[in-house]
Amino acid sequence: MIPELGQLALVLALVAALVLGVMPLVGAYRNDAALMRQAGPAAMAQFLLIAFAFGCLVASFVANDFSVVNVATNSNSKLPVQYRVAASWGSHEGSILLWTLVMAVWTVAVALKSRHLPRVLAARVLGVMGLVNVGLLLFVLFTSNPFVRLLPGAPEGRDLNPLLQDPGMVFHPPILYVGYVGFSVAFAFALAALMGGRLDAAWARWSRPWTTAAWCFLTCGIALGSFWAYYELGWGGWWFWDPVENASFMPWLTGTALIHSLAVTEKRGTFKSWTVLLAIMTFSLSLLGTFLVRSGVITSVHAFATDPARGVFILIFLALVIGISLTIFAARAPRVGLGASFSLVSRESMLLGNNILLVVAMAAVLLGTLYPLVLDVLDAGKISVGPPYFDAVFYPLLAPALFLMGVAPLARWQQAPIPELAQRLKWAFAIALIGSIVTPLVLGDWSLLKVSGFLFAFWIVAASATAIVMRLKAAPQRTLWAKLGSNSASYYGMHVAHIGIAAFVFGVTMVKSYDVEKDVRVGIGDSVVAGAYKFDFKSVGDVRGPNYSGMSGRFEVTRDGKPVAQMQPEKRFYSTTKQTMTEAAIDHGLSRDLYVSLGNEIDSKTWEVRVQVKPFINWIWIGCLIMALGGVFAIADRRYHLRRKTAAATAHAPGAATAT
Amino acid sequence: MKPRHRRMIWIAAGLGALGVATALVLNAFQSNLVFFYTPTQIANGEIPKSKSFRIGGMVEDKSLQRIPNSVGVTFVVTDSAKSVPVRFDGILPDLFKEGRGVVALGHLGADGNFVATDVLAKHDENYMPPEAAEAMRLAGKPIGAPAQFQQAPSAK
Repeated sequence: MIPELGQLALVLALVAALVLGVMPLVGAYRNDAALMRQAGPAAMAQFLLIAFAFGCLVASFVANDFSVVNVATNSNSKLPVQYRVAASWGSHEGSILLWTLVMAVWTVAVALKSRHLPRVLAARVLGVMGLVNVGLLLFVLFTSNPFVRLLPGAPEGRDLNPLLQDPGMVFHPPILYVGYVGFSVAFAFALAALMGGRLDAAWARWSRPWTTAAWCFLTCGIALGSFWAYYELGWGGWWFWDPVENASFMPWLTGTALIHSLAVTEKRGTFKSWTVLLAIMTFSLSLLGTFLVRSGVITSVHAFATDPARGVFILIFLALVIGISLTIFAARAPRVGLGASFSLVSRESMLLGNNILLVVAMAAVLLGTLYPLVLDVLDAGKISVGPPYFDAVFYPLLAPALFLMGVAPLARWQQAPIPELAQRLKWAFAIALIGSIVTPLVLGDWSLLKVSGFLFAFWIVAASATAIVMRLKAAPQRTLWAKLGSNSASYYGMHVAHIGIAAFVFGVTMVKSYDVEKDVRVGIGDSVVAGAYKFDFKSVGDVRGPNYSGMSGRFEVTRDGKPVAQMQPEKRFYSTTKQTMTEAAIDHGLSRDLYVSLGNEIDSKTWEVRVQVKPFINWIWIGCLIMALGGVFAIADRRYHLRRKTAAATAHAPGAATAT
Repeated sequence: MKPRHRRMIWIAAGLGALGVATALVLNAFQSNLVFFYTPTQIANGEIPKSKSFRIGGMVEDKSLQRIPNSVGVTFVVTDSAKSVPVRFDGILPDLFKEGRGVVALGHLGADGNFVATDVLAKHDENYMPPEAAEAMRLAGKPIGAPAQFQQAPSAK
């Protein structure tokens, strides 16, 4: 009964999405307030119905209803309850339902927050989001129905892939999706503004907090996925340039460009067409990512049954979204007009440079991800593009972007004289240079790559500090506290996010340069030395979990004879899926992680073991969190909230709704 | 005159930078493409010397041997027509099994053995690497779709 109710709710949600996608847009076209007013209730109805449907799916999983194909394929009565809940988005069908749910949540959020927007703009934004969700709901109903029954029901489910039985599964997909789908708001704002023919600073200001919010979630989602892969796959890698990772990284790159481009559009009125294009690109890449990950084109833990109908559907949907939005763009772009001009060296030109680098980086990832697939489809041979390609491309492309990141916040808009910039930044550069040469010398191993990695990390921090200090000195206020308060939250947000990048770069440089990894055969009683640490292999015992059994090794780690940690890596065997899993033991630390994984058992007393010391690896994810924190600062900026009130004031003036 | 000059410099600099970036990307791309060969192709000597490539096929039954006193192993990859001995100095992934599909990255040693730097076995018990399936198909022994891809689970 519950699955059927969910099914019914989904059909009704489609109706609500159609109402949302059609009425407000028609209303905006005819300037019919009654039609436009349907947007809010329709968005709310859509959200409630999809939430109800999703609740039905979760309930089926929790209740172990194995007469539902989706539940029987992805769950098991022995699965702990939190993973049964998470398993509801562990399958293809469930994950797409989660997509539409997240889409509905964003739509409701926009509807609630849009009271102060010009009515026509709000109607168009919500209408576009409704249309997108119509496509997604059709996809769910026709190709990926999560409520299909299995008759007669199975007595027991096939269990969730052991790799997914982890807290990461509870958080990573929803957060990532909130990020992906959040860019639909930026996309809808861009299209709505194009339809109205007015892309101005106000539009950019309205769009900015939404875009930044989506970006924060995406950043956290990717970082969480990376962290999860690091501890769960069992062998210590944190980024593999796997197509699935690339799929989430591409919208992140253009989304980052979009945030910066929006800043220029708001402050200077330029880059308007470019901003719109980036918004379209970012959301299209989010859809492409879904296509890549979920269609089964790439076989991985993320992709499920290969059903050609799904791939074709998403591809057509993608073509429609990109085609229609670019057509609107082409028709309206000439009316957008150019903004204020700027000189060759100015903050605008640097932000443009950073935008181009990010987009080229995205294109490089796209090439490396899609080319093997295209060749495969054309039957022109099987090739693969591995990490060496991405590494070779990314360093040179991102190095100038990292350099500009230090300069741009100090550069003036419109024109920034180079001597003045050099004067302002000479100390920051000197500090960064000395630090980057000394650090590898102290750590005992010097190479140009390491120096450059540290140089950029230190440079960004030093330049950000310089920028903030100069701002504070120039502020007219007397006390430091008042001086601090004279800058906007988004100004600090920018620097926090940049420092997050610096922490990230520092972590990556450390791990890539000073990582110690040893694959060895160890007998009980023997020890392995890795870096400054000694790992004593003490014993092996049996372990038993709710749905697995296995072996657990015990290692005692010492440094200079002093005990550091007790580590117990496991080898698990999941009986339902007949799958073996390496459960690594990790001792986390701010300056290093110790990582031990059990390989194969050679005899009862000897095992293959991988022992790793990973310096500063947690800085990679901490850096991402700091970036997201910077985003939170930026969203909290008072001016988004203050000016909304002034916008509301103008919107209430007669005739202003169409003019703004 | 002056703004026009400036714009020209702008455009030239932009195009130049874009050109450099494109050249860089394509160069890196070309030198890092990894091709795929089947055991038959290797036996026929169709592979480039001293370049990394991937092989795929099935791990021959009872071919797995441990190299004494190290974590290294040797095993044989076959596409049912021809087979290639493989040496790997590392810990095999959990899903590696004799009689199952496998993909390995590496190069051909002087002795004709394939020296693997990476052995790939993906996330699922029933997963068949596309390369391994392709090798079997080319050798005239296609394998059926793995159970993973069949929709409904068996009720038993």
